[in-house]
Amino acid sequence: MYQLALSRMREFYREPEAVFWVFGFPIVLAFALGLAFRNTGPGKLHVGVLAGPGDSAVAVVLDSSPRLDATVLDSATARLRLRTGRVALIVIPRDPVIYRYDSTRTESGLARLEVDEVLQRSRGRKDLVAVRDDRAVAPGSRYIDFLIPGLLGMNLLGSGIWGVGFSVVQARQRKLLKRYMATPMRRSHYLLSFILSRLVFLIVEVVALVGFGWLLFGVAVRGSFASLAGITILGSFSFAGLGLLVASRAKTIEGVSGLMNLVMLPMWILSGTFFSYARFPDAMIPFVKALPLTALNDALRAVMIDGAAITGLGMPLAIVAAWGAASFVIALKIFRWR
Amino acid sequence: MIGVCCTNLVKRYGDVVAVNGLSLRVSRGECFGLLGPNGAGKTTTIEILEGLLEPDAGEVEILGLTWQDHERELRQRIGVQLQETQLGDKLSVEETLRLFRSFYHRGRTLDELLRIVELESKRHSWVGKLSGGQKQRLAVACALAGDPDLLFLDEPTTGLDPQSRRQLWEIIRRFRAAGGTVLLTTHYMEEAERLCDRVAIMDHGKIIALGTPKELIASLGADHVVDFALTEGGIPQDLVEILRQMGGVTAVRTGSDGVSLTVVELHRALPALLALLQQRGVELSLLTTHHASLDDVFVALTGRQLRDT
Repeated sequence: MYQLALSRMREFYREPEAVFWVFGFPIVLAFALGLAFRNTGPGKLHVGVLAGPGDSAVAVVLDSSPRLDATVLDSATARLRLRTGRVALIVIPRDPVIYRYDSTRTESGLARLEVDEVLQRSRGRKDLVAVRDDRAVAPGSRYIDFLIPGLLGMNLLGSGIWGVGFSVVQARQRKLLKRYMATPMRRSHYLLSFILSRLVFLIVEVVALVGFGWLLFGVAVRGSFASLAGITILGSFSFAGLGLLVASRAKTIEGVSGLMNLVMLPMWILSGTFFSYARFPDAMIPFVKALPLTALNDALRAVMIDGAAITGLGMPLAIVAAWGAASFVIALKIFRWR
Repeated sequence: MIGVCCTNLVKRYGDVVAVNGLSLRVSRGECFGLLGPNGAGKTTTIEILEGLLEPDAGEVEILGLTWQDHERELRQRIGVQLQETQLGDKLSVEETLRLFRSFYHRGRTLDELLRIVELESKRHSWVGKLSGGQKQRLAVACALAGDPDLLFLDEPTTGLDPQSRRQLWEIIRRFRAAGGTVLLTTHYMEEAERLCDRVAIMDHGKIIALGTPKELIASLGADHVVDFALTEGGIPQDLVEILRQMGGVTAVRTGSDGVSLTVVELHRALPALLALLQQRGVELSLLTTHHASLDDVFVALTGRQLRDT
């Protein structure tokens, strides 16, 4: 049993590609997405001022706003830049002043408001109500805070299904399963060895991803690490069970790959890994919530972002556990040993 | 003492009958060979005996026990090498053996196993980097891990070069010398002649001949085979008749590639043949002789060559 789990692990870490996809890929993804959606303020809006009388005066006024970056452009360049999105809006300094922009673009709408305010104020408009900004930049409310638990969930799903599925089918294809059947090895030990070795890799995965999020983006775990450990272990068991189920009959790597994608792709999209599943129509929500990855992501976010205790997460954890138990039992029943 | 005993085994795959009422008995300490062309049902038979396949009919007894009642005990006491197992490429020789050793209550030590199959120098190499012969020796080492009483080997030397083949034969001989029982399948007649105490020749799921290699060869009634062909190609029927009457010739077989004579006394038959052909004014394009082997037994029984079936 111990030797089985050990060889499982050795076979895994000696496969450099598998190691990359399981550990490296989520980190690269988190890094890229974290950069793309970083919270360094909304950034400057680029606007163009059409060349003409008084253009530079207008540009100077607009540039004085911390949120605008104005450039004087001739009409051909202005048209091109507006079309390609390099500038959000073109100001044509005539009387009346003309704002040319695409009203369907959020950025252009913002630029319209900002440009108008700056121009009006420069001509003496006064604010009638006193206001003060209170910007939410505290850790916990950023996109990366949402993303890291989702990636963790996705990673547990992926490594569970890939890690277990591929090695089972490969062993079957190489007649290694049959060879094991010719020894006194207990079948349950074989299946359990996958779960055991998953547990070891789980620690590495969680530490790598959570540590990465914390170091680079300051994504903290607000709840206890014990809760996080409990949830990830449960999730990992559950997905290993799902992996066994996926691999229980397939005879070829091609066959099992198809099945894996069939299982994983819908969950990646539906289960709120990259964006909240609340965006789906209300009728779909109960179905989406019943998926194991949704339940796991919810539980992970509750612990990491809201600092919830594991005891308060009975429902999602029950869903995760039920999926795992059901697929393990079915896998055991229908497993093709030859 | 019974090593392996089975009676009236039948196994069908759809319409194809792979094993058709096969019975055999192997004593303890014996090396028994199942011989036959590809598709004769050797692998199906050995896998039924190994308890990996369920027969459609028939009884199997291994070391006096049945698979139904004593599977756990039997698994501990037999060693198996399957025809097409590929061990994990990314594990080292040592790790693979440790893994297999861990399945058995008792067994040989790692060092013993490595020494038996002469893989000490490859101890830390990955399985994927081994040569075909080394892989096969490792597979046999895995089968020996539990120090079995009975060893099943399914085509242990197929596809190996002559030197690797001899190395494996030596391993099997040593296992036997220590009192082990071996049941192996092969389609190399030479292997069966050198290694086995008794062989069963199989064809179409049945045993068509059974005995010691010597007995089987003796059943041909002659100890030499002469193959020849003529430049003209075909051979006239009357010449075949004359050959049949010739002294020392026990059988004449004509095929597309020439004529094959089974003869008792080569030193008499050969000059007589040459004289006859000269007298008829025909010329030889081929002439070879060899000691009668199990190959010739198979040809005599089925009319087919073993290798090209």
